Amino acid sequence: MESSVQITQTDRKRGGEMKTNLIVKKLRGNSFLLFVTIVMFLLMYVAGVIGYTDKGFGTMQTFLNMLIDNAGLIIVAAGMTVVLITGGIDISVGSVVAVVCMMLADLMQNKGVNAWMAIAMVLVFGVIFGTVQGWLVAYLKLQPFIVTLAGMFFCRGLTAMISVNQIAITNNKTFLAIAHKNIKIFMGATVNKRGIKLYPFVHPSVIIALVALLAVWYICKYTKFGRSLFAVGGNPQSALLMGINVRKVTMNAYVLNGFLASLGGLAFCLNTTSGFVEQAKGFEMEAIASAVIGGTLLTGGVGTVIGTFFGVLIKATIETFIRCNGTLSSWWNKIVLSALLCFFIVLQSLFAILKEKRKGN
Amino acid sequence: MINIRSTVSFKEIVRKQLFLPIFALCLMLVINVLITPSFFKISIQNGVLYGYTIDIINRASELVILAIGMTLVAASSRGADISVGAVSAVAAAICVRLLGSSYENYAISPILAIIICLLVALLCGAFNGFLVARLRIQAMVATLILFTAGRGIAQLISAREINGKMVSGQILYVRMESFKSIGGFLPGVVIPTPVFIAAAFVIITWLVLKKTALGMYIQTVGINPKAGRLVGINSVLVIFFCFVFCGLCSGLAGVIAASRIYSSDANNIGLNMELDAILAVALGGNSLSGGKFSLIGSVIGAITIQALTTSLYAMGVTADQLPVYKAIAVILIVAIQSDELKKWRAVYRLHKQTGSGVAK
Repeated sequence: MESSVQITQTDRKRGGEMKTNLIVKKLRGNSFLLFVTIVMFLLMYVAGVIGYTDKGFGTMQTFLNMLIDNAGLIIVAAGMTVVLITGGIDISVGSVVAVVCMMLADLMQNKGVNAWMAIAMVLVFGVIFGTVQGWLVAYLKLQPFIVTLAGMFFCRGLTAMISVNQIAITNNKTFLAIAHKNIKIFMGATVNKRGIKLYPFVHPSVIIALVALLAVWYICKYTKFGRSLFAVGGNPQSALLMGINVRKVTMNAYVLNGFLASLGGLAFCLNTTSGFVEQAKGFEMEAIASAVIGGTLLTGGVGTVIGTFFGVLIKATIETFIRCNGTLSSWWNKIVLSALLCFFIVLQSLFAILKEKRKGN
Repeated sequence: MINIRSTVSFKEIVRKQLFLPIFALCLMLVINVLITPSFFKISIQNGVLYGYTIDIINRASELVILAIGMTLVAASSRGADISVGAVSAVAAAICVRLLGSSYENYAISPILAIIICLLVALLCGAFNGFLVARLRIQAMVATLILFTAGRGIAQLISAREINGKMVSGQILYVRMESFKSIGGFLPGVVIPTPVFIAAAFVIITWLVLKKTALGMYIQTVGINPKAGRLVGINSVLVIFFCFVFCGLCSGLAGVIAASRIYSSDANNIGLNMELDAILAVALGGNSLSGGKFSLIGSVIGAITIQALTTSLYAMGVTADQLPVYKAIAVILIVAIQSDELKKWRAVYRLHKQTGSGVAK
């Protein structure tokens, strides 16, 4: 990232003739992965539209349903991207989503807490949880995967401690009103058999997700904290020499991620309106896969949330494929996604090895 | 830091690697005796040994085996294999599917079935090992693939014919009595079979690591892969071997677990085992960031974890809630062992000394 910024600046000075050269350079570099992702998504989507036209794959609503189903994932994966950029990892997010859903359900259904109050409480929980994890990683220098693995089991256990049974939210009118509100989009309307014009719609969870995505994109791109993230991920030592407080930045990345994980949990809960121990299992894998597919390097220092967004869309497209097919069991979802993650990390590491070899020569 | 040498040798005992696991085990045993006075009582019922301690050692067998594999992985690759539980489930599913669920005979010879499922587990380990060693992907992420996909694969393998159609995601049963002896008792032997398997496994591994240079290689690679390469050790191959070995361990644990319940439950075999195994390794005084390791420490660690699990069950904690306590335990152990904390302590001590010096 850092180097590409430099290239752009020197390039501007030299004039337009370098433009094509720049594109080649960009494609060769890390943006290539993002490029692959976007092309892959478009190919898959077009293939789906052609292959499953009779099942309504091409309609606007199907596309919006992808967003509705994955609103939580978009937010969580954005947070994951932030942590991955610093060179860390957080596999506790799935369990955080589960515990947030369970807390929301328990607070509103059993304790009768006001919806806004409950939402505020879970968001605070996410921030506290992120702070603890961040402190352990940044200040005690524990390996992020050990800390977050413990965090993952801790939150899953906490979910079971609140309730082993499923809790459905049925009595909180405010929360249900937010969850089920249809926000119509006045384009791509379909006409049903009775001749009534149906406008495609999204739920508020999608709006939350997109706002969060844009916010994280802005933070990463235009704030001091965001730029330090890349510096820390690229090379912590040089970041330290540049005068960046590496520990603080690393910790804040986990705090932001904790907040986004709980916000993602909220969006997830708006979709399911229930809390359940086994909820969002494997969510961390989906988030990491989305980020990695979107071109975020696991070694840190490179990544954009826009790529992550496309990663989520690819995952959603696979899901829609499997749903449209009808004969494949839902376990294929995870298997295909894992295979895709595998493909992309292999691609990444091959790039890294190639780069190293080129340097060596 | 200065006057450690001159003070009592107690501090030196504390610094020994095996101090932590043995101390934890003793603590666990004392707590257990206080809660249940009959803790150490062993009796013979139905011709087999019976008692709390026997139960703990018996149940710890899979964990001991997994912890051995995890120790080597942690020592060589500075990471952890979190796919062990899922690979166990895959191995169990394959073993049970191959054996079939007829009352009269096995579909194929049990030994062949076990060999095949161990081979598949080896293959899973090789897959992880290839990603980590050759492609240099972080162990955590590489094994995350099988961690998530493994249970799905196990579900697909656990298929049964219902109304002429293969339906996956079933719980398959082996109905032959002899299959139960792997996870139960051999006729005429009072000690549970898994204990023998685990003990044999530990001894063989220990001998191989001690008698050959392999153990040294693993430590060297873990401490500094580049230095290892410079002295002529193929670090890629060593790390690859550790993951393959860990796959074998998971497979073996899966077979024992399947035999215990004479069925393959893709959702529950090896569930949360990855945390237990990592906890056992950490409790064994092994650094999770590579380098020196102690198999005996991990074995004691595994037994301690099982004792903890059993006593928490006895206190009425459900299986779902267990991870909360274990997660806290992991963080505490790793935090206590962290270099950063040691540095802080040293700085604190230095401050105290210089502070008092100024006061004089």
